[in-house]
Amino acid sequence: MQLNQSIYEKRKRKNKLFLVLSICATTFGLFFLVMILYALISKGVANLNLDLFTRDIPSACSGSQCKVGGLRNVIMGSLLITFYALLIGTPIGILCGIYLAEFGRGNWFARTTRFVNDLLLSTPSIIIGVFIWGLMVRPQLPGYSGWAGSVALSLLVIPVVVRTTENMLNLVPNRLREAAYALGTPKWKLTLAVTLRAAKSGVLTGIILAFARISGETAPLLFTSLNNQFYSTDMNRPMANLPVMIFNSALGAYDNLIDLAWSAAFLITIAVLFANIMARYIGTNK
Amino acid sequence: MSNLVNKLHGNNSKIKVRNLDFYYGDFHALKDINLDIAEKKVTAFIGPSGCGKSTLLRIFNRMYSLYPNQRAEGEILLDGKNILAPDQDLNLLRANVGMVFQAPTPFPMSIYDNVLFGAKLYEKMSRADMDERVESSLRRAALWDEVKDKLKQPGSSLSGGQQQRLCIARAVAAKPEVILLDEPTSALDPISTAFIEELIEELKSDYTIAIVTHNMQQASRCSDYTAYMYLGDLIEMDKTKNIFTNPKQKATEDYITGKFG
Repeated sequence: MQLNQSIYEKRKRKNKLFLVLSICATTFGLFFLVMILYALISKGVANLNLDLFTRDIPSACSGSQCKVGGLRNVIMGSLLITFYALLIGTPIGILCGIYLAEFGRGNWFARTTRFVNDLLLSTPSIIIGVFIWGLMVRPQLPGYSGWAGSVALSLLVIPVVVRTTENMLNLVPNRLREAAYALGTPKWKLTLAVTLRAAKSGVLTGIILAFARISGETAPLLFTSLNNQFYSTDMNRPMANLPVMIFNSALGAYDNLIDLAWSAAFLITIAVLFANIMARYIGTNK
Repeated sequence: MSNLVNKLHGNNSKIKVRNLDFYYGDFHALKDINLDIAEKKVTAFIGPSGCGKSTLLRIFNRMYSLYPNQRAEGEILLDGKNILAPDQDLNLLRANVGMVFQAPTPFPMSIYDNVLFGAKLYEKMSRADMDERVESSLRRAALWDEVKDKLKQPGSSLSGGQQQRLCIARAVAAKPEVILLDEPTSALDPISTAFIEELIEELKSDYTIAIVTHNMQQASRCSDYTAYMYLGDLIEMDKTKNIFTNPKQKATEDYITGKFG
């Protein structure tokens, strides 16, 4: 070997330089993430007690004479709105993903649908909010309501689920399809019993990621489900929810609401963290 | 020479291939193939990669029809009926002509459900029928003793050789008349290969078997008839013994003696 010492040294120096640069970039990103988490945990945990889950949101108040309040109605509202959003969005998303991956391969309708779905995937959520506001918040309809909120969020669920379902079905090896066809399996049976089942964990992961995506969305709910001071499970009426509660309270001047907003932010973060861990767990344990 | 129809020496022919041409788009992959496949015998197809032997096998169950740019011309008569006819019901054909692929393809379900998958599509079965079919099929595939205590476990939990035998059991359980084997042992170790070769020997008492193989010893060991193909032509087809001891074509001789391929 004829080693040219200077070329070799130069390459080693370059290697070091890029290592340092990438470490700097990582530190920069992590710094802010850790700051956010630190603020959330230190302020969110302070208020974490049973009252948070058993009492409803208190009236605005500052000082030491305030009535103790909690987030019961807000948490319940968020759970209901999210649940129905997933209930509406998931079946539509899975069926559409199945169509794209199994039935519409290469035809123009599937290509158009895929393109529109990608657009929907990156549509700012405030546009979805305004759209549903225009569609559902009208005098003859329930108006501002839990349903309007769920429908708005379901429009955010659908493109995520379509995307992951299609991708996961595309990952199923074609030889599995051929093997099922070779037994005389009709296509619907093949899709349900073989390919969808083989892609099950991936599809489930997509649903969980969709949940993570919508659990912190504020804009679509501002226009649709609005807010509610009281405990209510009536989806036809305005419904309290965590993101809008944070939006309304965090900018206000009342100490008790600001503290509760920190708790709400903490709860959302925990939910998203939990969803991501679950997605990861399902993704690796097929 | 490709017009030569092989002699079946008094055996009934299950499948008759007549003037078959096959195209992948513009590529002419099989050229005027004529041959007969004997009932309840094993017919092996050998030849170098790209000669069209797998292509031919995939026409017998119309697998190629899944792909819009592939087409076949000519006739393939299964029990006298042309399966290339446009009105042929593909699902019924495939239920009658089973196939086992190169790589094992267990479905994402239990061993028990894997075996019954094809059978349940076309038969109404009681619980007892199903148990009985699972046991008999797995026995035929020489897998019963290894899996009888774990029928509820997923098919993917088995070893590669066991998975391939599971796929054979699945094909057998559907009670087809013809079984197509597309290089069924090329992904397996020698012991699993020996298992499957014994199995083929055993299966031919009930089924007509066509096997594509890269392994000439395998063809000579377990087939009754052998067809040698090259670049889309059928060069020679005869009793396996004749092909391997006394080939009529120089090209066949060169291939089986290893001068070529």
